[in-house]
Amino acid sequence: MLAFLLRRVGVMLLTALALSFIVFCLTNLAPNLEKLARTEGSVRMSDEAVASWIENNGHGGSMVMRYGQWLGVVPGWVRTDDKGVTRGRCLAEGADPASAPRFCGILQGDWGTSTVFREPVIDTISDKLASTGWLMLWVMLVMVPVSLIIGVLSGMREGSRTDRVLSTFSIATTATPEYVSGVILVVLFASATTGISPILAEWGWIEGRTLFLGTATSAMDQITFWNFALPVMTIALYGIGYIARMTRASMTEVMTQQYIRTARLKGVSFSQVILKHALRNALIAPFTVIMLQFPWLLNGVVIVETLFNYKGFGWTLVQAAGNNDIQLLLACSVVAVFVVLVTQLISDIGYVFLNPRIRLS
Amino acid sequence: MQDLSWPEIFAKMAVQFWPVWAALIATLVVSFQMRRRLGLYGKLFDSTVGIIGFCIVMFWVFTAIFADMIITFDPIAQISGLKNAVPGTAVPDSDQWYLLGGDHLARDVFSRVVMGARRVLTIAPAATVIAFMVGITLGLPAGYFGGKLDTGLSFVANLVLAFPVILLFYLLVTPEIRATGVPIAMAAVLFLFPVIFVSVLLNSRYFTTPAKRNLYVGAALVIGLWAYSGLAFNADPTGIWAMDPNLLNVFVSVVFVNAPTVFRIVRGIVMDLKSRDYVAAGQTRGESAWYIMLWEILPNARGPLIVDFCLRIGYTTILLGTLGFFGLGVSPESPDWGSTIDDGRKLLSIYPHPAVVPALALMSLVLGLNLLADGLREESMRD
Repeated sequence: MLAFLLRRVGVMLLTALALSFIVFCLTNLAPNLEKLARTEGSVRMSDEAVASWIENNGHGGSMVMRYGQWLGVVPGWVRTDDKGVTRGRCLAEGADPASAPRFCGILQGDWGTSTVFREPVIDTISDKLASTGWLMLWVMLVMVPVSLIIGVLSGMREGSRTDRVLSTFSIATTATPEYVSGVILVVLFASATTGISPILAEWGWIEGRTLFLGTATSAMDQITFWNFALPVMTIALYGIGYIARMTRASMTEVMTQQYIRTARLKGVSFSQVILKHALRNALIAPFTVIMLQFPWLLNGVVIVETLFNYKGFGWTLVQAAGNNDIQLLLACSVVAVFVVLVTQLISDIGYVFLNPRIRLS
Repeated sequence: MQDLSWPEIFAKMAVQFWPVWAALIATLVVSFQMRRRLGLYGKLFDSTVGIIGFCIVMFWVFTAIFADMIITFDPIAQISGLKNAVPGTAVPDSDQWYLLGGDHLARDVFSRVVMGARRVLTIAPAATVIAFMVGITLGLPAGYFGGKLDTGLSFVANLVLAFPVILLFYLLVTPEIRATGVPIAMAAVLFLFPVIFVSVLLNSRYFTTPAKRNLYVGAALVIGLWAYSGLAFNADPTGIWAMDPNLLNVFVSVVFVNAPTVFRIVRGIVMDLKSRDYVAAGQTRGESAWYIMLWEILPNARGPLIVDFCLRIGYTTILLGTLGFFGLGVSPESPDWGSTIDDGRKLLSIYPHPAVVPALALMSLVLGLNLLADGLREESMRD
């Protein structure tokens, strides 16, 4: 077991290193650096000035060395310019070069400074991640129970009318990406001219002009049902269909097993068979699926936060990519990749623990 | 002229779609008559879900083919006074209507959605085919030979799969990256696989009759490399094979995202199938490894692959929509559904129609593909 764990963690670290290096290369391409030079320096810089800006701000040299500096395994760059001012990666403005640390990369906790938000990247990221954390929490609270119930109900009696209806619903939701369901939900529930809001307003059932709010900006301060329901539903809908279909497949397989028939023949009631015998075995496969759903949720988060203007992690990623904020984009990528790899690891380990048929060693 | 009411709008649209209805009915009648002789495709007509999915998909396919006959206006023409016009607004100085209203630049939503179908249905299946060829060409040897090759390729595939798709798009589909030539390099690698695939396929089949082999493989190589030079490097002297750099960037990224999943599926199936008796029989007969992989194992793996192909076209459509939604790699004039939804969402709560129409179109196409895949799965499992 321990050897398996160590090997998995080892592969994960290797993957993380490779991925972060690729992301580093892609964000530090020459055109990106030139653009950065022009936004940070001045727009009308000559090509020579741009080249020297890049050189003087530590973006010169080989990609591997720069990656090492960013990671914190290679000493940070230090440069003394013609005016005798010493500047460096690890030097704050006006700090003494002698007392500064030699290494300052993400391993030392230094994530650099965001050029869009003008603050340390670590502050931006942790701030926005907290906002997205709430979104994810509510998505999980809605998505997991609903999809498991749908999957179990439709897999319980394969081919029944309940099964047909629920399966159609699951297929329909997997065919609806977030940017489509978001648009449809807003039009139905949060538009003053279409959907159900004008009717409800006319009857005097709702106070405002719309039933739900079309933006989730106010949820940054206080989450209420009315400003958070639509974003949460938009992300959850896509996942519900997928997890429900997996649960259904797993449930139908379990229901054909001998031990279910034995239990039924012994005279155990149908509900008892489902709850005591079938459920536990049927929920192993969906567990892995739910964990592997995280990378896709990240996608959904980016789309929904853009659509509903909720300033969380996904919104930050779009801002960083759109504004050529290299340090922030790198940090976003590291967080995203980390989330994906850790959930993969958990799903692998969880599967082994939950499934009694797999015995390592 | 009078503005139209909703029943009139639907009637007018149904009339505009007449080539689609005609083609759809013809296809269904012919297929239904001959369904016992058409293999898996014919069996599809035994499943209700399959028929519904097939009809929806073919509706959009025929819409894409006959788009020129269906549209009522030029999809990029702007007519003043019709900005955000509601559906059914009469167009001044003509005998036509904006059937589904106008968008924020006073263009006809109906014509744009119809033209968008053509764009979506050319890129998505083409990208899926290339992704399948890459996945199959790498997945077959990885599953068949195993060992170091398998470990290496699987590691690379997992590396790509660990990337959140949206992040990959933001890194790969940018104007800056086009300047560095990364998309062309990726195209050079990815587009080589279809050429390799077809050549190896023909070579392993005809290698006992060299005259035939030389002819077929030679023809495949000439056509393949000709298309390859045009598509990847834009160096085709005749100019038949060419791709807009924007489009190439989008295309390559979508193939790149899809190929590792296909690789994993193919690898898994091959690992399962290689222990079958017919593979052992082939090995005993002294057939080459590639002949066994391509002509013994691959045909027997077609069931799950066809089902996944349908699902994957739907997934690719969603990915293309995502790219359009974030305005990555598309021109503002482009009528593709993703960017139209993005344009429309800014005024969503006041004028919903410019965003809702492409949203429903995209949803119905993907739903049709999913239902079709479901029907195919059901029918292929019955054998």
